[in-house]
Amino acid sequence: MSEPVERRETRVEGNLTPGRPPSGALPSTLDPRQHSSPGQRAWQRFRRNRAAVVSAWYLVFLLLALVAWPIVLKVSGGTFAQIHDPNQLSDAAFAPPGAQHWFGTDVHGRDVFSRILFGAQISLLVGIVGAGVSLVIGVLWGAIAGYVGGRVDSALMRVVDVLYSLPTIIFVIVLLTTLGELLKQSHFVENSPALTRQLRVVLLFVGLGAVSWLTMARIVRGQVLSLRTRAFVEASRAMGGGPVRILARHIIPNVFGVVITYLALTVPAIVLYESFLSYLGLGVQPPMASWGTLIAEGVSQINPIRIYWWLIAFPGGVLVTTLLALNFLGDGLRDAWDVKSK
Amino acid sequence: MYFLKRLIFAVPLLLVISALAFALVHLAPGGPFDRERAPASPEIERAIKAKYHLDEPVWKQYFRYLGDLAHGDFGVSLKYRNHTVNDIIAQGLPVSMLLGALAFGFAMGVGLPVGFFTAARRGRWEDYAGSFFSMLVVCVPGFVIAPLLILLFSIKWKLLPVGLWETPWHMILPPIALGLFFAGKVARLMREGMLNAMQSEFVTAARAKGLGENRLLLRHAFRIAVLPVVSYSGPMLADLLTGSFVIENIFQIPGIGVFLVNSSLNLDYPLIVGLSLLYAILLIGLNLVVDFAYTLLDPRVKYE
Repeated sequence: MSEPVERRETRVEGNLTPGRPPSGALPSTLDPRQHSSPGQRAWQRFRRNRAAVVSAWYLVFLLLALVAWPIVLKVSGGTFAQIHDPNQLSDAAFAPPGAQHWFGTDVHGRDVFSRILFGAQISLLVGIVGAGVSLVIGVLWGAIAGYVGGRVDSALMRVVDVLYSLPTIIFVIVLLTTLGELLKQSHFVENSPALTRQLRVVLLFVGLGAVSWLTMARIVRGQVLSLRTRAFVEASRAMGGGPVRILARHIIPNVFGVVITYLALTVPAIVLYESFLSYLGLGVQPPMASWGTLIAEGVSQINPIRIYWWLIAFPGGVLVTTLLALNFLGDGLRDAWDVKSK
Repeated sequence: MYFLKRLIFAVPLLLVISALAFALVHLAPGGPFDRERAPASPEIERAIKAKYHLDEPVWKQYFRYLGDLAHGDFGVSLKYRNHTVNDIIAQGLPVSMLLGALAFGFAMGVGLPVGFFTAARRGRWEDYAGSFFSMLVVCVPGFVIAPLLILLFSIKWKLLPVGLWETPWHMILPPIALGLFFAGKVARLMREGMLNAMQSEFVTAARAKGLGENRLLLRHAFRIAVLPVVSYSGPMLADLLTGSFVIENIFQIPGIGVFLVNSSLNLDYPLIVGLSLLYAILLIGLNLVVDFAYTLLDPRVKYE
């Protein structure tokens, strides 16, 4: 969160040196002692944002936990590993949280804590891979539309408009069933069911990325469009810089901050969407689990006689805190790069 | 004039959307009858397909569909075969729209004051608490908050019914569960809009003229600050009014959101295309309304 004083300075700097890239915020050009790159200044501002830093540490901690937990289980062995094996069925169904099962057990007596940590692998991976896919499609689409302009631009952006007006859920479901059906018809199925299951997860990743690039394309296009006519780009062109040089040297570095920021906000959106699809039963298939499937199982156990609150509260709590951390991180990046929300 | 032009322009857009939805579903392998309980004999399958013209080429089916549509007929659902798509929409849409409208009211009623207040108290603990609240509710999915609300209010304290959609008592929890996410979005947009507006020159000018702070924020800053919320409310209403699968499913509400998901799962062509068109019409229409409201709120905005 930048203070109002800082923002006013930004505007002053923009007026004095109109050719500068917009990502710089502190008036370093006015003060020769304070010479740092836009990236360094963004990093300094990011570090001052307490919510973003705490979120980053939380995410690091979560990543460490989900990597370390399978190792811990393997090393310790014996009953400890057996109790906490996420796929180990036992008679201790619906055990409330306690010393043995920290987050309780589910309908089949499986340890909820372990299942959440193993589910985290899929939930987080889907966010990262899906955001990556949306990044590639969105940046290419938007950059081409903005840079080439004219008819190409309007054609590409009309496609985005039409896709925007289609309910996403229909698009996703049809896409996933189509890809899944194609997979079923191919030869992988007979050879290895485990491989098929993994391919299904990959399809889910790609499918989610393939429907999440629209906003990215619009943002990048807008940025490229405004950068293209800026004086420093004109100057480069006048000095004989070709389109590749202009894109690589001037456009892409200046779009970078916006893209990183929006990317950081796409990750939680895709994590949320995956949990929604898994909740519908369209995402990962059992025995694999993601946070969405765990919550769905918890919801299916709601009844007026007994309350198994830990089946919803713990997976839901982990999902919500992770989404919170990812969003605070994204907001922190946005403020650090001083990206306008439009 | 501008709005008339956009209204006319919406027709080809809707045609493209219907064609795309049509093509998309037809590209998908399998058909609406794949999940019937008993596999029919080849003759019967052929007869069913002939009855619904599924044996014709896709473009021919599409033009047949458009012809029916011109008469206001959305066709017959291929899964719920004793219902036309018109019936399903007529039954489910009012319920979903009421739920969506209540959720919209809740989102605005909570989001606008929270956003306004956090911006006015910027940097103090009220700001941190309010901003954290709005970020938190954006991160809580409906399938987490809805069961938690049911567990607390319906099962533990037995204050409100668990589900269904009959008396006003049934209409308290679902709109809250549906609207909380949007309340958080609105609050965040409102806060940011207020912060930008409070830095703009006309507010500084008004303050320099000695206008009181309350009047300044409420009359001058608010009017500009609310614009991002206004432009967000178009897509938001389109989303809310066409129903939510999760909320309708958890609370057992007979709305239209359930059909949106089920029709896609069943590849029920007429229902998918019909519901896609419904959503697109709402989205385009609401965006038009939003842009019109913009010109009223901000005299600087003019459309050519």
